[in-house]
Amino acid sequence: MLHANNKSLNTPLEYRSENGRLNIFGFWIFLGAEVSLFATLFAAYFALKSGTVGGPLPNEVFDLTNTIIMTLLLLTSSFTSGLAINEMRRNSVKSMIFWLVITLLFGLAFLYMEISEFVLLVHEGASLGTNAHWSSFYLLTGTHGVHVSIGIGWIVLIIDQVRKRGLTPETAKKVFVSSLYWHFLDFVWIFVFTGVYLLGMVG
Amino acid sequence: MFDFIKENLILDEPLIVGANVSILLTLIGLIFALTYYKKWKWLWTEWITTVDHKKIGIMYIIAALLMLFRGGVDALLMRAQLTVPNNEFLSSQHYNEIFTTHGTIMILFMAMPFLLGLMNVVVPLQLGARDVAYPYLNNLSFWSFFFGAILFNISFVFGGSPDAGWTNYAPLAIEGSPGPGINYYLLGLQISGIGTLLTGINFIVTIIKMRAPGMTLLRMPMFSWTTLITSFIIVFAFPILTVSLALMTFDRLFGTHFFTLTGGGNVMLWSNFFWLWGHPEVYIVILPAFGIFSEVIATFARKTLFGFKSMILSLVVISFLSFLVWVHHFFTMGGSAAVNNVFSITTMAIAIPTGIKIFNWLGTLYKGRIQFTTAMMWALAFIPTFIIGGVTGVMLGMAAADFQYHNNYFLVAHFHYTLIAGVVFACFAGFIYWYPKMFGHKMNERLGKLALWFFTIGFNVCFLPQFLLGFAGMPRRVYTYVPEDGWTALNVVSTIGAIGMGIGFLILVYNVNYSWRHAKRETTGDAWNGRTLEWATTTAVPPHYNFAVIPEVSEIDAFWHIKQQKKEMKEESISYEPIHMPSNASTPFLMSVLFFVAGFGLVFALWWMAVLGGIGILACMVVRSTSSYRDKGYYVSVDEIRELEQSNQGEA
Ligand code: HEM
Ligand SMILES: [Cu+2]
Repeated sequence: MLHANNKSLNTPLEYRSENGRLNIFGFWIFLGAEVSLFATLFAAYFALKSGTVGGPLPNEVFDLTNTIIMTLLLLTSSFTSGLAINEMRRNSVKSMIFWLVITLLFGLAFLYMEISEFVLLVHEGASLGTNAHWSSFYLLTGTHGVHVSIGIGWIVLIIDQVRKRGLTPETAKKVFVSSLYWHFLDFVWIFVFTGVYLLGMVG
Repeated sequence: MFDFIKENLILDEPLIVGANVSILLTLIGLIFALTYYKKWKWLWTEWITTVDHKKIGIMYIIAALLMLFRGGVDALLMRAQLTVPNNEFLSSQHYNEIFTTHGTIMILFMAMPFLLGLMNVVVPLQLGARDVAYPYLNNLSFWSFFFGAILFNISFVFGGSPDAGWTNYAPLAIEGSPGPGINYYLLGLQISGIGTLLTGINFIVTIIKMRAPGMTLLRMPMFSWTTLITSFIIVFAFPILTVSLALMTFDRLFGTHFFTLTGGGNVMLWSNFFWLWGHPEVYIVILPAFGIFSEVIATFARKTLFGFKSMILSLVVISFLSFLVWVHHFFTMGGSAAVNNVFSITTMAIAIPTGIKIFNWLGTLYKGRIQFTTAMMWALAFIPTFIIGGVTGVMLGMAAADFQYHNNYFLVAHFHYTLIAGVVFACFAGFIYWYPKMFGHKMNERLGKLALWFFTIGFNVCFLPQFLLGFAGMPRRVYTYVPEDGWTALNVVSTIGAIGMGIGFLILVYNVNYSWRHAKRETTGDAWNGRTLEWATTTAVPPHYNFAVIPEVSEIDAFWHIKQQKKEMKEESISYEPIHMPSNASTPFLMSVLFFVAGFGLVFALWWMAVLGGIGILACMVVRSTSSYRDKGYYVSVDEIRELEQSNQGEA
């Protein structure tokens, strides 16, 4: 429970309270569950990949440059989120918030591109109900997209909390945990990019 | 709206109308009683919003007992139907619904919550901790389980129950079952699954991070060990279920094609995913059961558990292997001989670490000074019965032989020998063993033993004949048969056994009431001369902070050791410190209600309701994020602790 700061001042802020340490550790376990969740979605996608009856093939409709830009956007946002943590460690609230906002902007750009891609795909006859291939495509990328959206909303809330309360062990913990989450989404996207888009272009 | 209710409320089946009426009367009775005795506030502050792991555990157990009753009524209805050939007591559709709800409820809403309840009550105490790592989440876990269960349970009076078996195979559960029943299954399990996953995370963190000083992992009690391993299985297996349920929900509600052959889908995907979760799930329920038996046997044989490390090793091996055997549930569904072979071998491999445990228990009993308490007798009844379950499991695991046994009563007998003799016996043993920790008095031993004899004998009379019925070719999930099949005599015997189990259960419940009125109140925290830290609390029912002073551990069976050393703590020499405790939480309850609302909306494709529920859930999350700072908890002052501890001493 919430014992006061019982670690030396060299420990990063987010690890200083008992609560912070517990939450961060627990969040890693939660990410373990998320790995299992996405692994299952990937398994479904690969199992149903050939179920393309009555719809376009992926390499007919994928626009690789588009996806590469999306990938770069998300990768950069992961980097800027790392920069934010770096600033947090140096205890400079202003620049931390600056980098968090940049992260959010990249995230929003990613989302915008993903949604426009979906709209385009639907126009070309590849929608959720077209066939098993596209059903599993949308469920996998959509679940990732929903995660990104939730992440954006969450980080907005946290920025607001830091502005009101400054950096405390508790707010620092929240910033740190949300950045773990953000990196994780980037990590998942790498697999979506290679597994779904690159392999989709080939096969 | 009125039309909607009229359409879905089931009023043409006498049995269900009876259920309707009795549910309504019970509800009115409850509301009346709560109002009359002015208990609403008490219910809200002491129970609904509580974050105390012991109370949450008790709520889990109460819910599980109710579900055991519901599932048990289902079971008796099925046995009644099967007693004689050509019976017309239940229609085939009704029978389908009943075996589906029976199986689903027993595994997900009875066995798991019962064990989670015992874990909640016991594990923090065993670790010498003040609560679990995330008390707030713990409350959410319980309520989302609870409302998931309610959603599943109302199906039979409103709209019709799921009818595709607890395995819910596609395409039967999609094209084959148009009504809302399967939606209830999908959403009820989804919502309660959230709670289970959170509990898994909670216990991993609690066990790894919050053990008393000196309690290395190798000094940790076996029940906590099994909880830890189980939690890991939960964390990796439950997301598989989450996804599978989501896929089918999408197929049924949004026209996707995961499991529709014409749309390029694959029905085997469901079978694979289901059992990829499903086999680990059977270990999620059996491993804590093993933990309970280990505690009970060690306590009443007055010995440290024999081969402690081999036990831990076998637990770890099982947890890995449990993810590698899933295909043995569908050897007959067209897998190649090579694939079947591989999974045959992994299945037999998992029997090895399971077998090791039997020797651990036998070794513990060997030369022990055994006390035949009721809890111990449940454990002793478990060993031989569970061996039957395990051996028949290996028989089923041989792919070639399984073509003979698959989907007949041999299989039904097998999994009841593991689930009842393993899990249910353990729930009862644990319930009785830890009863004084929860309620401050023991359960009556004579009534307890009477219940045990009825239940264990009834169990064997019910299920042994089913092995033979399997050999005689009776398939599972049939609602009736003809006299020429020659299955009548064995079915009659089986039903008699089922009645015996029912009587056993009723005696057990009566015993709760009887003991509450008559049993001698415990005066110390150590009702059974126990070995582990849950017995080290100063009072029978520990105060909300559990331990005024956190015990130090230097040995396996920590409390036993402390007692041996007679480390009498002198009253004056104890210096208390203020204890920090978390405060109650009401958002989780509200959020779970909203889960229910959203789930109900999805079941009937009432989109406005689903969306409103969803928005409400998000709002709860926002509230939690922005107000977590106010959730500072409170301190129990030294004076208060001293007063509580001394009043306890006084009573003693
Ligand atoms: C000794 C270890 C075990 C082995 C080798 C084993 C093997 C098997 C096999 C091969 C089947 C599938 C048979 C068929 O469908 O034809 C099966 C079914 C089943 N087992 Fe086990 N089992 C073991 C332990 C357990 C335990 C500990 C539990 C639960 C606590 C359990 C619960 C079940 C259930 C519920 C089913 C039926 C599934 C259905 O509805 O199709 N088993 N077991
Ligand atoms: Cu299995």
